[in-house]
Amino acid sequence: MSEQSPALELRRINKSFGPVHANKNISLSVDRGSIHGIVGENGAGKSTLMSIVYGFYQADSGDIYVNGQICPIENPQSSIEAGIGMVHQHFMLVDTFTVLENIILGVENGYRLAGGLASARKELVRLEQEYALEVNVDAIVGDLPVGLRQRVEILKALYRGAEILILDEPTGVLTPQEADHLFRILDTLRDQGKTVILITHKLREIMAITDSVSVMRRGEMVAHVKTSETSQPALAELMVGRSVLLQVEKKLANPKDTLVSIRNLNYEDTDGVPRLKDINLDLKAGEILGIAGVSGNGQSELLEVLGGILTPKSGSIRFEGQELVDSKAFTARNLRKIGFGHVPEDRQRSGLVLSFSANECTILGYHDEPEYNRGLCLDRKAMVETCRNYIKKYDVRPPDPYLKVSGFSGGNQQKLVLAREMEQNPDVLLVGQPTRGVDIGAIEFIHKQLIMMRDAGKAILVVSVEIDEVMSLADRIAVMFDGGIVGELSAAEATETKLGLMMAGVKDAQSETKAAI
Amino acid sequence: MAEEQVKFGATLKIPGWVSYALIPFVNLLAALLISGIVILIIGDNPLEALKVLIYGAFGYPEAIGYTLYYTTNFIFTGLAVAIAFHCGLFNIGAEGQAALGGIGVSLVCLYFDNLPIWIIIPLAMIAAAIFGAAWAYIPAYLQAKRGSHIVITTIMFNFIAASILTYLLVDILIDPNGQSPESRPFIETTWLPYFHDFIAMPNTPLNISFIYALVLSAGFYFLVWHTRWGYEIRVVGQNEAAARYSGISPSKNIIIAMMISGGLAGFVGINELQGVQHRLILDFTGGYGFVGIAVALMGRNHPIGIFLAALLFGALYQGGSELAFEMRSINKEMVIVIQGLIILFSGALEHMFRPKIEAAYRRFARVQTMGAS
Repeated sequence: MSEQSPALELRRINKSFGPVHANKNISLSVDRGSIHGIVGENGAGKSTLMSIVYGFYQADSGDIYVNGQICPIENPQSSIEAGIGMVHQHFMLVDTFTVLENIILGVENGYRLAGGLASARKELVRLEQEYALEVNVDAIVGDLPVGLRQRVEILKALYRGAEILILDEPTGVLTPQEADHLFRILDTLRDQGKTVILITHKLREIMAITDSVSVMRRGEMVAHVKTSETSQPALAELMVGRSVLLQVEKKLANPKDTLVSIRNLNYEDTDGVPRLKDINLDLKAGEILGIAGVSGNGQSELLEVLGGILTPKSGSIRFEGQELVDSKAFTARNLRKIGFGHVPEDRQRSGLVLSFSANECTILGYHDEPEYNRGLCLDRKAMVETCRNYIKKYDVRPPDPYLKVSGFSGGNQQKLVLAREMEQNPDVLLVGQPTRGVDIGAIEFIHKQLIMMRDAGKAILVVSVEIDEVMSLADRIAVMFDGGIVGELSAAEATETKLGLMMAGVKDAQSETKAAI
Repeated sequence: MAEEQVKFGATLKIPGWVSYALIPFVNLLAALLISGIVILIIGDNPLEALKVLIYGAFGYPEAIGYTLYYTTNFIFTGLAVAIAFHCGLFNIGAEGQAALGGIGVSLVCLYFDNLPIWIIIPLAMIAAAIFGAAWAYIPAYLQAKRGSHIVITTIMFNFIAASILTYLLVDILIDPNGQSPESRPFIETTWLPYFHDFIAMPNTPLNISFIYALVLSAGFYFLVWHTRWGYEIRVVGQNEAAARYSGISPSKNIIIAMMISGGLAGFVGINELQGVQHRLILDFTGGYGFVGIAVALMGRNHPIGIFLAALLFGALYQGGSELAFEMRSINKEMVIVIQGLIILFSGALEHMFRPKIEAAYRRFARVQTMGAS
């Protein structure tokens, strides 16, 4: 084993799922003691590749070298033995166990827990100190915030002797501050000689933390570059295969009348837990209001209340001066009729029926409109015709109105939902996570459509956990924390730091800056 | 181009004839094969048995009449189970709903028998549908509003229905001139016309309720795939969150679908009582409600599939009794074994051969397209 040999090396890895060639001749070399980023659009093959390294899948051909030695990885067990640890996007933790119990899960050392727990505790204290990873090992995991849970995952990997740490989309659930803290931890790990592989689609993070970066596109490795020698636009172009606009081009908003005014809105879930607390918001014609916040702070409930799916506990929602709460109009169906469009946060869970054909999903929510009915029967011809138009206008691929919705990619599914809700020409458009899981190319298109709607004088509410997206789309930004609105900023005053602090529930962040102005 | 084809090969469509004809046929063949082995073990000739079975079901006009009479019941219960399936519900209660439907039919035929037949006929239909639907309404309401699982409640309601039927026949509706628990005979003016009343064929129980079954199958097709009500039912069945999002009420559609289901099951009472028995008797539902589950599964909840599956089970009932009669070593229980094997292979093990057959088809199709290009 020479000093120069890379920590991890992949040579000509191939993997097919049936006829789909998910990884084509992938070669990759990751230096020891470095942070290496892997970027690519959804479906580019990043996850497949890392699943091969971690032993979830077996490559059809190709070799994996660890520290210069060929290392056949047959299952996660052999991967752990080779010193590879993985932090999954969705944590693999038992919520009702303590941190310590979670960490020794599977490596208990013998029948009696006590001995294993004691030695693990000692080892953990050492690890925490060495890598500045403070966690209370006796805390119940379910009580910890996500940022700490992620730390538990990292500790778990280190406890198992990981020298190479793979992190899959680690910042998806973190506030910017928590993400920064994670990056400091990764820095420390690198300084201690560990190797980190970071899988992400956020180019900003790649630029901020990595030493080198590999770009994947359609199952192939298209570039290996030093981070210092590249830029965000260059990486985006490599990912998509053409140049893309990262910044949304838009004119200054020209807000007019308030269309929807929300006052003191409260909502409790079925367990009686308050999810929305005294929400006050105004949606104005010709303006995009962005809602920022870490997911799970009431944004979903706000959208669903405004969409007529959930019934608020108290408060008022007025549309063009008319009270909606407790009125006949306050159902999902009637709200559509009076001019609300709703693109749900999770298209697969609620926006589409995956087993239906595209044209059947075209009428979801509008299926009793006269244009889709002829007498007692649904007008199948009109459905297909409308769907064909949407497909053409929104460039949905493949252009087949009879294809099952599950046969479309995430981005194309999202376009189907957007087309359905936008083409009804609503006065108020509620949009949840407009570009979640959508390719960069399609993001550009979706943003343009939203700006067009705004310029046509519609009131638009955009909820997104992507802080970049909120900042670039919205004209006004409200930040939610723990069910309440922490504050409202105009797009011009918003900075990432300010929003980040507000997302963590710090109310002063805004007033301080206001005072400064 | 070739690469594109390979790339999108995963979504290569499996044509209808593979999923709706070839795969059920293979399943049926496998069931018959195992049945044949069993028959061989007990010392009879399986080919001979198959011949008797087919001849007994389709070999002569009388056999066909009987087969179609059984088929009628299976169509009703198959459609009943299928409409509930489309709403994501497993209706195990068709048996009880059929029993209640039969009570409704009997009440019409016993107490309105002074009316002319052209009023009796629609009245009996309405009674069958309403009684069956009402019986299904209770579990549906409990599922929709209280979250009681429909599988459990409908099973329990089968027992309650059977008890109600017994109680009525022992204490209320019993023929005062008779000893056994059955009602007095319906008078002849209330009977449903037989097929042999119209066309030249031997006397069989086949009556015009077979036509009802065909009309209801067509209605089922239009309701499910060509109306907004069927659309709503399917949305609720496939994705309840999407239903709520789009303003479709899951609880309303659960209740509607179950009531349609119960109403369809109730039609068994028309065929059995108004059509054949001409009195209310115990156990006239004869397990049709349960076999309806297999019929719906095998027919993939589509009326054409349900018709074919119902015909298969009708043939098994009729040909099976012929088999038990004709062959020495094969008794009634043996016929039930064969039916059970068919239900097992086409219902429970429906997907056993599917992946292999689909993969084989894909390979075949790819060779074809590559050869062509």
